Amino acid sequence: MEYFLQQLINGLTLGAIYGLIAIGYTMVYGIIGMINFAHGEIYMIGAFVSVITFLVLGALGITWVPLALALMLIFAMLFTSVYGWTVERIAYRPLRGSQRLAPLISAIGMSIFLQNYVQVLQGARVKPLPPIVSGGFSVMERADGFVVSLSYLQIFIILLTVALMYGFTQLIQRTELGRAQRACEQDKVMAGLLGVNVDRTISLTFVMGAALAAVAGMMVTLYYGVIDFYIGFLAGVKAFTAAVLGGIGSLPGAMLGGLCIGLIEAFWSAYFTTEYKDVAAFSILVLVLIFRPTGLLGRPEIEKV
Amino acid sequence: MSTLLKVQGVHTFYGSIEALKGVDLEVGTGEIVTLIGANGAGKSTLLMTICGNPHPRGGRIYFEGEDITGRPTYEIIRRGIAQSPEGRRIFPRMTVLENLQMGSITARPGSFDTELERVLTLFPRLKERIGQRAGTMSGGEQQMLAIGRALMSQPKMLLLDEPSLGLAPLVVKQIFEVVKEINREQKMTIFMVEQNAYHALKLAHRAYVMVTGRITMSGTGAQLLADPEVRAAYLEGGH
Repeated sequence: MEYFLQQLINGLTLGAIYGLIAIGYTMVYGIIGMINFAHGEIYMIGAFVSVITFLVLGALGITWVPLALALMLIFAMLFTSVYGWTVERIAYRPLRGSQRLAPLISAIGMSIFLQNYVQVLQGARVKPLPPIVSGGFSVMERADGFVVSLSYLQIFIILLTVALMYGFTQLIQRTELGRAQRACEQDKVMAGLLGVNVDRTISLTFVMGAALAAVAGMMVTLYYGVIDFYIGFLAGVKAFTAAVLGGIGSLPGAMLGGLCIGLIEAFWSAYFTTEYKDVAAFSILVLVLIFRPTGLLGRPEIEKV
Repeated sequence: MSTLLKVQGVHTFYGSIEALKGVDLEVGTGEIVTLIGANGAGKSTLLMTICGNPHPRGGRIYFEGEDITGRPTYEIIRRGIAQSPEGRRIFPRMTVLENLQMGSITARPGSFDTELERVLTLFPRLKERIGQRAGTMSGGEQQMLAIGRALMSQPKMLLLDEPSLGLAPLVVKQIFEVVKEINREQKMTIFMVEQNAYHALKLAHRAYVMVTGRITMSGTGAQLLADPEVRAAYLEGGH
């Protein structure tokens, strides 16, 4: 029971991070129907920006933790958004209207480019970050001394994720920008005929996805304490899996999918073997897709025309 | 009557296919002008070309005397043109209210409530369905929504593409009544493409006939209605 509870906490934390990245995949897919394979690298850049921000803050003598975290968050989101915007601008927009395969190849190229770009600029060695947020609660203790702990960092990650997802859902559901995004998703020509600047709306979608991925990047940096230029690949594939599992194109689906992948990984590594945790996540994906091809919350379309 | 829209020698291509082969026409402020022609004549292409999607490869388009040729669609729309396009193109996974909100993107700020009231008075049916997903409504209701959405932006000119297509005769009558009413009450300029030539010509002040990308005839609605060629090609047999 105690062991289970501990894995639940770990899985939720991991799931929150995957969910945040998955939103970027699902939104971009929704609006332009392509998988942005460079999104994992955008997340990696978010992680690097937060480490760099932390080091700069340290050099400036700003060490008060809440302020440092807030600044890291803001800078990571800001800079990473610029990367997201630029990637769309130079790698995808010129190919809009061409055949479907072209932007896909371009995305893979962008992904490789960004990995190498960071490797050249930052070096290939693993970058460590000293723990900024330490400590936590012990939730309960077993007779043999096993302690279920919930760290402050885990609380921070889960609360921040919940807040971001709530805010984001409101943005999509209630604001004019969110409506314009949903309109572009359903019919870009018509959205244009109503005065929506479609290209700008697509750019903003990339910016939002990148900002959320940056938050995930910062969380991972804090959580694991080490990053390198290659972390975007596996996290990207996992988050993409999460988006497909939840139903690609669906926002709540991406969140749910992220959570599922996080929990599956945590429990699998706890009760079976750590080596095969990726196999477990992908096997569940295959099973779900066999029985529900549109994913958990994907919608099979039935509409009057 | 001043000229609101002027189309001058417009050529539009889809790939290498020339859909419009030098179209000239004018729409005056406050008029109802209709464009009739067979399927595939290029009527819808003309409406889309006016809105800048696609852009014409030759010729010029003027709105309120200003050259709008080659401007991006959202900018043309912001000048006061609204279109209820071919196939209605309502957003099926949005509610009726959200569709109408989408229509008011280019409207004056703060005008939403009064415009909504006006549209719902024109189409009381939409009021009953305000919270429903638009994709689940009938064809006639969707057409009402498409026109209502276009009106939400308080346009200077309303472009209607086959508002009667696929609708029951009673609904067609209702829609044409509304078109007449907004022209009379709100002094709305209307440029309407129709295959239902009889109704369209009866309603319109002036009309043009299009055959394979060219304007072949023009005149008042009554003139064309009486023209033997028009009768033979578009009216006889149908009505």
